[in-house]
Amino acid sequence: MNIAKLKPYFLSLSALLLVLSAFSILKWGFLPSIDFAGGSVWQINLPSRPDNEKIHQIFDQNQIPLVSLSVQSDDYLLKFSAVDQDQKTLLDSQFQTLDPDFNETRFETLGPSLGRELLKKTIWAILLSSLTLFIFIGRRFKDRAFGLCAVLAMFHDTFILIGSFSLLGHFFGAELDTLFVTAILTTLSASVHDTVVTFDRIRELRFRHLNLNWADLANQAVSETLVRSINNSMTIIFMLLSLAVLGGDTTRWFAIALLVGAILGTYSSLGVAVPLLLIFKKKK
Amino acid sequence: MTIINFGYKKTKKSIFLIFLIGLVCLYLNLFSILNLSRFIASPRLTPPALKYGLDLAGGASLVYQVDVSSVPAEALSSALEALKGNIEQRVNLFGLSEANVQTSTQADSYRLIVELPGIDNLNQAIDLIGQTAQLRFMGETAISAEATATATFADVFSQDTGLTGSHLIRSSVQINSQNSEPEVLLEFNSTGSDLFKTATEKFLNQRIAIFLDDFPITFPTVQSVISDGRAVINGNFDTQSAKSLSAQLNAGALPLSVNLIQQHRLGATLGQDTIRKGLVAGAVGLFLVCLFMVGNYGWLGLIADVGLLVYSLITLSLYRLIPVTITFPGLVGFILSVGMAVDSNILIFERFREEIRTGKDWHQALELAFGRAWDSIKDANICTIITALILFNPLNWQFLNSSGMVRGFAVTLLLGILVGLFTGVFVTRNLLRFFYRRQS
Repeated sequence: MNIAKLKPYFLSLSALLLVLSAFSILKWGFLPSIDFAGGSVWQINLPSRPDNEKIHQIFDQNQIPLVSLSVQSDDYLLKFSAVDQDQKTLLDSQFQTLDPDFNETRFETLGPSLGRELLKKTIWAILLSSLTLFIFIGRRFKDRAFGLCAVLAMFHDTFILIGSFSLLGHFFGAELDTLFVTAILTTLSASVHDTVVTFDRIRELRFRHLNLNWADLANQAVSETLVRSINNSMTIIFMLLSLAVLGGDTTRWFAIALLVGAILGTYSSLGVAVPLLLIFKKKK
Repeated sequence: MTIINFGYKKTKKSIFLIFLIGLVCLYLNLFSILNLSRFIASPRLTPPALKYGLDLAGGASLVYQVDVSSVPAEALSSALEALKGNIEQRVNLFGLSEANVQTSTQADSYRLIVELPGIDNLNQAIDLIGQTAQLRFMGETAISAEATATATFADVFSQDTGLTGSHLIRSSVQINSQNSEPEVLLEFNSTGSDLFKTATEKFLNQRIAIFLDDFPITFPTVQSVISDGRAVINGNFDTQSAKSLSAQLNAGALPLSVNLIQQHRLGATLGQDTIRKGLVAGAVGLFLVCLFMVGNYGWLGLIADVGLLVYSLITLSLYRLIPVTITFPGLVGFILSVGMAVDSNILIFERFREEIRTGKDWHQALELAFGRAWDSIKDANICTIITALILFNPLNWQFLNSSGMVRGFAVTLLLGILVGLFTGVFVTRNLLRFFYRRQS
């Protein structure tokens, strides 16, 4: 695989994806779950299947704005603003009257301040991971350029993952929640994981063939690790795909986020990290 | 990169060890499935059960904002400690022994996190937890002999002294200078001192019971009139019980009001559904991976699959022994770490093929592959360990996440990587040496 020759194509593809992500984030933003925006989610079972009208009435009476109501046979999923315990108790008793067999499956409520906190902590975690990995990889390879390229590729993956969820949110209703934060942080590590394996091969080849230039080294290293990278991605993709398809609604978007992250991680190790390294080495 | 010359004897020993580990892990995990308790009754031989988090087992997680404005800064830590103890006691009244109460500090705000497994009577529990602690001092009443049998505690101590938690500045534990036994000190403010003096005069040689939220926590006998507002309760305390009494008193003396800002409740059925689907997904995914490995690497792949089985057994056993509370993100962390464990094998096998292509014989190629792939495996896994550690946040850094979800993920990922390193390098390697002895 001639990575030096393919470099412009890879970098333009990445640039395109980055621009698309930025566009989607700026234009459509995100669909934050209550983890970020605050609010309540209430999943209940009403065997008597009352009209949606009646449910709207209860919420109107209590002056609680009902954001959304979706019904699947006798399972009702309600989203509304954050409520305190008194309001919740009131709702409980009114639904009990509406349907004596009323049964609660899930209830979550939280204020908006917690979401900001979560966001802040996530950014901190990303920064701290990047810094630590930059230092670690720089030291392991005795070359700061390696650390920098690995971390840049990692940012690339993270940004596109976030962008893709802006798109998925706009078109398919994917929400950003705590699990998504976990997916981002996993992508960080998966991205670096693949990059390190490729870099490691470059380092090894350098010791063996002192006469090769950086472009040849990179070509050979990528060719030699390509099968491994693809095979490895396949196994992770098998696991995540089965989770996305069979794992149920609660986990579908999480699995998809991890899947996108895993694919990006594999792509960026040879499509971003290595080309960037070549650019750095050319300048010197 | 050295070629390690291995002796066949050593390999045999390692295989025996792997076999032993596998057997122990099988026992740990199959015990409940095969219902072995029919044959083995000893509790010491019964392996611990898997612990599921609230998102899988069902239950409620409540986050309270603590209003600390009423408490001076220097008394804050004992007030928070007292609050936690008090809430724990209230929760225990509901028979929720598995409940978990913890406080957490976020910059200037203080939080109380209560996790309750099971959600029967949750609204009542929430009401009870949300109440501000109340301390009352009640004097003993003489009760006629025939009434004693039916009298409740509240009947016996029915004379209100007028003293409440607001009169108590704070309580602490001190050591008696004469008998070096721990005792509990109560300090009253000036109004409190006057009320206490009156009370000790009235109930001299009788008992005064102290009620926290209508439950009696202690009922010492008044031995002398105390006018300086410094009372000491002594007798048969060890440090632990003195501390816990003092904390209960502080809960009333330094009352903190709490405000519910977040709640998550999950019925048990939804959690079971998630577990079932997650397990099916995991099994299907694992099956595909195993198939892929055999299809791609033949016998090598099959041996790696055996290694993967040992890996899964060891990880599950560690979940039981440590114990790790399994949450949904935790399951995903496990699945992901399986992927990374397989990656170690792929790295080694690809390397092995390369070495074979350069014309090395089978033994040499295998040992070289392990030696050379190890560098990549180590570096790549250290990077993942770094991220997992930052997610787990072991030092409880405030600016990082410490929520159960993210932690649950980090802990299984971390454990998975460590076990994966062990199985990839030790188990698979020795299995290969032992079973795959094709001479070139």
